[in-house]
Amino acid sequence: MTNLEKYNQAFIDTFEITEAQLVGLKYQDITAWDSVGHMSLIAALEEAFKIMMDTDDIIDFNSYEKGKELLVKPEYGVKF
Amino acid sequence: MNKIWNFQQYSGKSALIDEYGNHVTYDVLDSEANRLSCRIGHRCLVFALCKNEIGSVLGYAAFINSGIVPVMVSCHLEEVLLYNLLQTYLPEYLWLPKENVEYFGGMSVEYEAYNYVLLRTGYKKKFPLFDELGLLVTTSGSTGSPKLVRQSYINVLDNARSIVEYLKLDDTERPITTLPMNYVYGLSIINSHFLVGATLLITDKGIMQKEFWQFFKEQEATSFGGVPYTYEMLDKLRFFRMKLPYLRTMTQAGGKITPELHEKFAVYAEEQGKKFVVMYGAAEATARMGYLPPEKAVEKKGAMGIAIPGGVFHLIGADGQNVTNPLTIGELVYEGANVTLGYAEKGEDLILGDERHGSLETGDIAMFDKDGFYFIVGRKKRFLKIYGNRVNLDEIDQLIKGEFSIEVVSAGVDDHLNIFIRDEKYAEIVRDFVIAKTKLNPAAFKTIVIDEIPKNDSGKILYAELSKYYEKTKV
Repeated sequence: MTNLEKYNQAFIDTFEITEAQLVGLKYQDITAWDSVGHMSLIAALEEAFKIMMDTDDIIDFNSYEKGKELLVKPEYGVKF
Repeated sequence: MNKIWNFQQYSGKSALIDEYGNHVTYDVLDSEANRLSCRIGHRCLVFALCKNEIGSVLGYAAFINSGIVPVMVSCHLEEVLLYNLLQTYLPEYLWLPKENVEYFGGMSVEYEAYNYVLLRTGYKKKFPLFDELGLLVTTSGSTGSPKLVRQSYINVLDNARSIVEYLKLDDTERPITTLPMNYVYGLSIINSHFLVGATLLITDKGIMQKEFWQFFKEQEATSFGGVPYTYEMLDKLRFFRMKLPYLRTMTQAGGKITPELHEKFAVYAEEQGKKFVVMYGAAEATARMGYLPPEKAVEKKGAMGIAIPGGVFHLIGADGQNVTNPLTIGELVYEGANVTLGYAEKGEDLILGDERHGSLETGDIAMFDKDGFYFIVGRKKRFLKIYGNRVNLDEIDQLIKGEFSIEVVSAGVDDHLNIFIRDEKYAEIVRDFVIAKTKLNPAAFKTIVIDEIPKNDSGKILYAELSKYYEKTKV
């Protein structure tokens, strides 16, 4: 799996959604992405990429696109 | 006629501050509340569609203080459920966020303030209101149950005073909103802090959002409340590494926190010179019944605590007698002036008087230790707390039966609700339906298909038999 596939899969599995819903998806757009879902998403991503996210990045992570921006930061080093 | 608070007394002090820089002093709150209540002009029923915004708090303060009776519901309540509630209680007005007005075509806009709007419903019939009735809150908000708790002015005032006393609140407090205000725990924070002239920091953002923490730090919040799940999330957010020098108090209610997390937060609070206060309550007791004094938080981890000032706990054993020995279980009974009047299930019930006379059988099974500290060990009633929200299992079953006409029974543990059905083909749609109605996170719901719903000879469902299917999923 490519990193993008892993990234997408974390959203799809956590929120029970389809790939078509990912682009433009924001925090609280769907019932599943509330604070409870957010923590599950972060856990899924940390597991998928074997990383540990900082508090500031966890709370800054407010959309599908923003998450990608955060994960390419040097401390996580995920390349898409 | 101020029913509860004297805002004039704190004239000049800040009452409400929101994340957009809006600032309302106690004298402005007083005059704005008067303008709104004068527009209505008489005692009647109002539905308050709540969110954590200035307009919502202002409306609540105006209604309570002037004898107008609000029914507190979430502004996110699913439309059909809200419609059914409105038809049951026929309020004269709605107080709701401006952006929700479009759903109520045909009702006339009477007044507007702070992004909130007053709509006159036009319902012809009105139900008479009992003189002491102050407000109505839901028992199981997310299922849209028509069953409401009737709270009196004395209930609200007494419980707020007690909270002020045991949390030692004063006008230097700056609590930040973390709980919905249609939820009695959230409301109790507003009620008690208005009593002492403190400043409420109001935001609709949650602890998973950057804006929340910016607002928290900029405005130097001194306290917040959370349900068990809030503390699980804070732990995962590595809360203990945050620098929050102004934070004094963290309170916890809305279900039982795990002893491990209890200890973690208690130790953190002790080391940092802060307070972590575990509390216990229910809408039927206005809000609070018990608390664990913060100095005992580490020593008595896992305990719910002792009765709040002015209240008394005792236990009734299986033999119907008072439990007198430590570590013996019984149903927890609470007595105090904050025990509410009773329930309403229909409009005609709004005239009912006090049916409880200060005594409440909580439905919780508890025991006390040799020092008199109470521990909750189980629950008699068929409800679960899902992320702090009380969800009545029988009502979930009724909702599903009403929609699909199938045999169904739900059961589970807090934060994990299992829906048992017999027909595989309904597995997905039933679950989707419950999620759409309750608007709670899908992770809490699971459908389990079984051959037969376990029943005894007289057809009574054997709920305990179901537990074998989900005990292993318990976290």
